[in-house]
Amino acid sequence: MSFLQLKGVEKLFGEVRAIKGIDLTIEKGEFIVFVGPSGCGKSTLLRMIAGLTDIDGGSLHLDGRDITRLASSKRDLAMVFQSYALYPHMSVFDNMSFALRLANVDKAVIKQKVGHAAEILNLTNYLQRTPKELSGGQRQRVAIGRAIVRAPKVFLFDEPLSNLDAALRGQTRVEIAKLHRDLGATTIYVTHDQVEAMTLADRVVVLRDGAIEQIGSPLALYDKPANQFVAQFIGTPQMNVVDTARLPALRDVVGAANAPDGFIGVRPENVMVRPAGSGKLVGRVELVESLGADTLIYSQVGSDGNGVQIVSRQAERTSLTPGDAVGLDIAPSSFHLFDRQGHTVAATAH
Amino acid sequence: MAMKHLALIVRTFFAWALTLLIVFPLIWLVLTAFKTEQQAISVPPQLFFTPTLASFAEVNLRSDYLLFAKNSVITSFVSTLLGLAIAAPAAYSMAFFRSAATRDILMWMLSTKMMPAVGALVPIYVMAQTAGMLDTLPALIIVFTLSNLPIMVWMLYSGFKDIPSDILEAARMDGASIWGEFRHVIRPLAMGTLASTGLLCLVMSWNEAFWALNLSSAKAGTLATLIASYSSPEGLFWAKLSAASLMAIAPIVVVGWFSQKQLVQGLTFGAVK
Repeated sequence: MSFLQLKGVEKLFGEVRAIKGIDLTIEKGEFIVFVGPSGCGKSTLLRMIAGLTDIDGGSLHLDGRDITRLASSKRDLAMVFQSYALYPHMSVFDNMSFALRLANVDKAVIKQKVGHAAEILNLTNYLQRTPKELSGGQRQRVAIGRAIVRAPKVFLFDEPLSNLDAALRGQTRVEIAKLHRDLGATTIYVTHDQVEAMTLADRVVVLRDGAIEQIGSPLALYDKPANQFVAQFIGTPQMNVVDTARLPALRDVVGAANAPDGFIGVRPENVMVRPAGSGKLVGRVELVESLGADTLIYSQVGSDGNGVQIVSRQAERTSLTPGDAVGLDIAPSSFHLFDRQGHTVAATAH
Repeated sequence: MAMKHLALIVRTFFAWALTLLIVFPLIWLVLTAFKTEQQAISVPPQLFFTPTLASFAEVNLRSDYLLFAKNSVITSFVSTLLGLAIAAPAAYSMAFFRSAATRDILMWMLSTKMMPAVGALVPIYVMAQTAGMLDTLPALIIVFTLSNLPIMVWMLYSGFKDIPSDILEAARMDGASIWGEFRHVIRPLAMGTLASTGLLCLVMSWNEAFWALNLSSAKAGTLATLIASYSSPEGLFWAKLSAASLMAIAPIVVVGWFSQKQLVQGLTFGAVK
């Protein structure tokens, strides 16, 4: 039996079904990321697992025990909040030891456990400070430390990095990944940032409008998206998705013999920019973004006014400027087909 | 520079004048308490006289000051503690588990304070009489508690609201029960609010006269009823009335003096930090 099991979990806000019957099983030690756009219900779902929001339908089992109606305090889960939610009147040591003190753990044991967690998180010199006297990154580490000290059954992270600046976010992300590798703790992590999802997760759960769009390993989502939403949500820049009605020529270019009436998707790295006159598609450069390691070239393809924008990504730098005429090629067998409803359609090559 | 100096003098003068005007009755009360009855009603009023403790002695002789004082202490302290015990959970649920009705309930509670107390006098009197509780301490404690509750809930609610709810959620995740949340998180973070609410209600219960006069007399009467008993149909005995009043207000004035900061914070609903 799986470690954490959600069966038909529902949440109603008045008449609105905010969470629509989620089925999900999580194995011990897995790192699961819930990802999706704002308002997709990912945080609500996490709070329902935490017990902070009531479950209106379905059931939740942890380690063979039904915890659907169990109070948060008895679930043995630890949560790291977006706002850190440290106790402002307590020192770092007291923040980290709060749960153990409530559980009447022996003082010497508390000291040893907090000391160990502080060492892992580089907080040893800050144990006597209050949260006010710490930087954002340090507060975040205290919040993580508070969770580690308890050795809970599951770690829950609610967008823990979104209050940090970009540099610190990257660094903390690496630390969280390392921490998970060392502790092997079952983790559920909520984010709207697909880069975090791709880099941290064993499996990613993509949510939209309170329902699961797809569950899979990061690369499985990238290579075999179940639908257009997942295809465009995962990957930066977004996958090019072109309506076949607007650019019929694309069917022949990608070599999709059975392309249905619908959409064709191509990832930017599979679009090659060629000198004008060569390439199977004719386009005109609209914008060039030079990121250093990568260069993104946005081209308008098709007749003016009714054209479609296609972005390509290449490692080489370019001297192209907006307005230049270019040709475009698509790497063979690199396309995705979607029907009018956005579902992925299996493709057969020529 | 000279203008600025002058403005300061004028401002200071008016501030003192206004203060004097406000505390004048209190000063006069203190002076009168130490006069004889003749001195108290003499025209023109005497500002300089040989103070006497005769009125205090007379008051102590005629009525049992200590009994009334004891009643005042019991009713105000018990009603304050009881009020906090009821208001704190109510404010907790309204501050952290808001529903569509929360605002209406709060407004309704406050609106009950707009009603003149005399409107509820007859039903409450009859209830107390039927229950055999006239002139008993429990009757006063219950009525004081109920009449203070709306203010207490409001004050605690506005204080609790400033605590981010995810801190409480964090405590819940850490294994804290509701009581644990209150003890380890809310109480330390809202200590100022809890203290000022308690103090204000202590003062209000101590000063409460309307219900004390109507529901109690010799046995359960508070100091407010003691003062009132010196205004009799045969005429006012100013010196004795003043002596009794001074003895009645002295304890609460001392308490108020030492807790000015909390009281101001409480009265302004936490607006002054």
